[in-house]
Amino acid sequence: MTSRSHAEPSPSTDAHRIVVIGAGMVAHRFVESLLSRGDAPWRIAVIGDEPRAPYDRVGLTSWFEGRAAEDLALDAASLSDPRVELVTGDAATFIDRGGRIVTTSARRRYEYDTLVLATGSYAARPAIDGSHLPGTFVYRTIDDLEDITAFVRQRSAELGRPLRGTVVGGGLLGLEAAGALQGLEVDCTVIHSGTHLLSAQIDRAGGEVLGRLIRERDIRIRTESRATRVAPGPEGAVAALEFPDGSYEESDLVIFTVGVRPNDSLARDAGLDAEPRGGVRIDDGCATNDPSVLAIGEVASHGGRSVGLVAPGYAMAEVAADRLCGGESTFPGFDESTKLKLSGVDVASFGDAFAASPNALDVVFSDPVGGTYKKLVLSDDAKTLLGGVLVGDASAYGSLRPLVGGPLGGDPSAYLMPSDGVAAPTGDLPDEAIVCSCSSVTAGRIRGAVHEDGCADADEVKACTRAGATCGSCFVMVKKLVGKELTSLGKTVSNALCEHFEMSRRQLFDAVRVAELTTFTQIIERFGHGRGCDVCKPTVASILSGLVGEHVLDGENATLQDTNDHVMANMQKDGSYSVVPRMPGGEVTPEGLVVIGSVAKKYGLYTKLTGGQRIDMFGARLEQLPLIWRELVDAGFESGQAYGKSLRTVKSCVGSTWCRYGVLDAVGMAVNLELRYRGLRSPHKLKLGVSGCARECAEARGKDVGVIAAENGWNMYVGGNGGFTPRHAELLSEGLSNAELIRAIDRFFMYYIRTADRLQRTAPWVQELEGGLDGLREVIFEDSLGICDDLDAAMARHVAGYQDEWAATLEDPDKLRRFHSFVNAPDTPDPSLAYVSERDQVRPASVEERESGAVIIAGTTLEVRR
Amino acid sequence: MTVQTATMPQSSRAGALVDVCAVTDLETERGRAALLPDGTQVALFLLPDGAVRVVSNCDPYAGANVLSRGIVGTRLVADGTETPTIASPLHKQVWDLRTGEVLETHGREARHLPVHAVEIDGGRVLIGEAETR
Ligand code: SRM
Ligand SMILES: Cc1cc2nc3c(=O)[nH]c(=O)nc-3n(C[C@H](O)[C@H](O)[C@H](O)COP(=O)(O)OP(=O)(O)OC[C@H]3O[C@@H](n4cnc5c(N)ncnc54)[C@H](O)[C@@H]3O)c2cc1C
Ligand code: SF4
Ligand code: FES
Repeated sequence: MTSRSHAEPSPSTDAHRIVVIGAGMVAHRFVESLLSRGDAPWRIAVIGDEPRAPYDRVGLTSWFEGRAAEDLALDAASLSDPRVELVTGDAATFIDRGGRIVTTSARRRYEYDTLVLATGSYAARPAIDGSHLPGTFVYRTIDDLEDITAFVRQRSAELGRPLRGTVVGGGLLGLEAAGALQGLEVDCTVIHSGTHLLSAQIDRAGGEVLGRLIRERDIRIRTESRATRVAPGPEGAVAALEFPDGSYEESDLVIFTVGVRPNDSLARDAGLDAEPRGGVRIDDGCATNDPSVLAIGEVASHGGRSVGLVAPGYAMAEVAADRLCGGESTFPGFDESTKLKLSGVDVASFGDAFAASPNALDVVFSDPVGGTYKKLVLSDDAKTLLGGVLVGDASAYGSLRPLVGGPLGGDPSAYLMPSDGVAAPTGDLPDEAIVCSCSSVTAGRIRGAVHEDGCADADEVKACTRAGATCGSCFVMVKKLVGKELTSLGKTVSNALCEHFEMSRRQLFDAVRVAELTTFTQIIERFGHGRGCDVCKPTVASILSGLVGEHVLDGENATLQDTNDHVMANMQKDGSYSVVPRMPGGEVTPEGLVVIGSVAKKYGLYTKLTGGQRIDMFGARLEQLPLIWRELVDAGFESGQAYGKSLRTVKSCVGSTWCRYGVLDAVGMAVNLELRYRGLRSPHKLKLGVSGCARECAEARGKDVGVIAAENGWNMYVGGNGGFTPRHAELLSEGLSNAELIRAIDRFFMYYIRTADRLQRTAPWVQELEGGLDGLREVIFEDSLGICDDLDAAMARHVAGYQDEWAATLEDPDKLRRFHSFVNAPDTPDPSLAYVSERDQVRPASVEERESGAVIIAGTTLEVRR
Repeated sequence: MTVQTATMPQSSRAGALVDVCAVTDLETERGRAALLPDGTQVALFLLPDGAVRVVSNCDPYAGANVLSRGIVGTRLVADGTETPTIASPLHKQVWDLRTGEVLETHGREARHLPVHAVEIDGGRVLIGEAETR
């Protein structure tokens, strides 16, 4: 029990005496607000039964992330004002309304002119046997967390193993508690009586996506089940939960998060009106039926309801303070918008999330692959935003919530795209829109903080306005507003994909997929601006090829391709091209070699074996490409896609067919795989390797997918890479049959194509995957996302739709026109090309060689002589 | 600076103009190269608004005649307008198609492009001499 600047109740002075019961978040806000309204000689006593000054209960769980109890403390400035007396560790036990006196358990007496009840709520325990056994907890105060931590430490030491824990109640608090238990290395199950998690906030479809995200984090979930008893073990502590069907779930610890009840007994005893289901009745001015007693925060019931959120409590605190200063403000009613704060799982609901309003419309975007579900609820004319649910990606929450009740001002689907960048309304929020509902900070105030108060970043704005300082859910929005204002002052640069699109490749992929767009023009008009550039155009081309799967040179989309894709060859330093026919698995017949040799000879091309086990011919001119490919296609070759962000090669060793160590047919499998995935466009190039035994001559583990034969089948490795950041592929699965291997690679590739970022190879993608390799295994082999049918179907479409780009181009006169060297001289070679001889082949002449002229053996008009 | 000269009376510049192709030979936002009588190469670009822009085909950094094979785009420039651009297929430097000014050097020194005056007459594209900045 402590009392700062405690004085015995002094005889009444002219100062208005205010007693606040409860020293929680809302009490704190009330005192702060009152003091900020001028220098009136208030005498304020705040009585709290917790052993510490008011702290950030909303941020309670961060205590487990190492935030010390002191760090959670709310700003102490107002409490150290000489007009304020804070009492901690002492409970108010009696209110004498006639004498206007409050008595505490330490027998302190406080006289008041106005009494403010801010006693909050307590966490309920269900009325079942054993709900108070050692090892059962609630989750409300810092003390609760200290108790839980101490118990976990001691009990796991006693048992000599990690603990199993159960959270009863799958609401917002339950999930936070489950995350906290996991942090304490307790193996955790959440039991929920509803059909899905967060059933009070989000609809079933959203709940199911959420369920998957939670399971991915290794938290087990049991819905539609209620424990009937908590059973003790031999030493009396919790050992199991019992269910109605008689089944048991072993558990060393139970946290109840089944709801909160207003702390209204003190008020009831004092004869104040309270709701039968709990909560002290207040009017719009926060007064109870006794005008000198106000109630604010979770203890108060307005319109028959109490709500367990801090924002309405803060709003009440402001109203109460204003009323005491003679103001007329009224409590606007409850905003039940909430955001879950479980790291790595994004969930938010706001406004009319269940579409309860008459004739409300839903717009739903669901992406099981990415684990997102989003729903907007709109008025029947689809113009007014009524509410919504965001699961998996709640980045739009901050920008959508302030729009509730107002016009959406745009295409609803644009708000649902997986981006925090797309949320178009951001910069356009009216100045009066409330961005931070915890602290009632408007967009205008935030803009002012940048312009007038000179804040240089979002953190400074947070410190200055308190926007984003409480639950944090609006902070993304605050950042965006600040970013926009700073940009207008010329202070920051955008970090979007490029100046034309504010999205990442993945976001754009989903946006295009959902909006079912098929051309660049449609896409940039809808989601970007301007006419694109060398970054976004090829990105869009790659996205469209994944979704629409047309020939790279079809229609407008041809203009999106960089020259390599445009002419289906790799441009070299002098503007000539290289030609790489596919040689699946590195296998080539003597006849094939003869054709390559004669083509190279005829067109004077430099030839070399590549690092990908095939042959490259260099120095082909634009207008020669169709001629060269005509000969190659006629001889049975097809494009090797050495230019595309697509499958390159499947490297192989000779395997069991020839090698004395080989255990399986590596070449056969490599050829098979190369033919299956040829032409598959992806965020970056794809390479595979197949080795016939563990000696690994094909260097398969340096590839995106490495396949290595073993006695009991194929071992599959993923995420390997050569190049700039070499990395060995890691084992995904062992002992696969041919069919199992192919299905696993199909899924791996399709999952990657759908979710990776622009120019992100599989190695960094795998490293960043949530859930790591285990998660990937679950997706591929256990269908944990329920998307395998989709992925399989997408790959089947690719395989069935494959056509050789070069063969198709040769049949199309329109496409062939693109190979004319000059629009006014279609067959004239580029006169600036010049070559010299080196080791009996040609190479581009250097600048000096060109200038001297002497060493040039072949201009484009001359035949190469050796 | 190049001006779209479609409205300019043809006679005033007739001597300097070379007819290289029909507008319909060009593809929107994809360049084509043309060879001028003196052996220089130009890159022609038909833009979505129907304008034709012509710059040298030679990438001044690489010394190769490749600009007609780059990606056409737009970029917001200092005066707040969207200007049409061309990116080199070799090392992605970017130039303003209206002025030839280099907008992205990727760390190299600035090297601008010569631009050519263009006239469109009877559906034909006529190209004037290079106007170096
Ligand atoms: C031709 C070849 C070198 C050779 O003569 O052997 C080659 C040539 C090029 N490589 Fe490569 N790479 C070639 C095998 C490799 C290999 C070895 C392999 O595939 O087993 C690697 C390391 C393995 C890997 O990819 O993880 C390799 C790692 C790279 C990288 C780095 C990739 C990375 O993730 O860090 C690049 C740069 C890029 O793609 O962004 C690159 C890019 C290039 C480009 C496309 C550079 C360019 O933009 O011009 C070269 C043009 C090819 C052309 O003009 O035809 N090349 N390159 C090889 C063609 C293989 C083929 O048959 O398709
Ligand atoms: C883990 C957790 C996470 C949360 N996350 C969010 C969130 O993300 N968003 C959100 O809006 N809300 C969240 N909340 C709810 C939020 O914390 C409450 O809405 C808010 O704290 C209510 O403030 P209050 O002042 O009304 O009550 P409280 O903060 O509970 O304060 C009441 C205080 O009064 C004391 N008291 C009670 N009776 C007496 C008495 N007779 N004498 C003296 N003192 C007494 C209590 O011990 C308590 O300290 C969360 C709550 C928890 C526990
Ligand atoms: S990997 Fe094994 S089977 Fe293949 S070539 Fe090397 S030793 Fe032979
Ligand atoms: S809305 Fe909670 S901190 Fe802003």
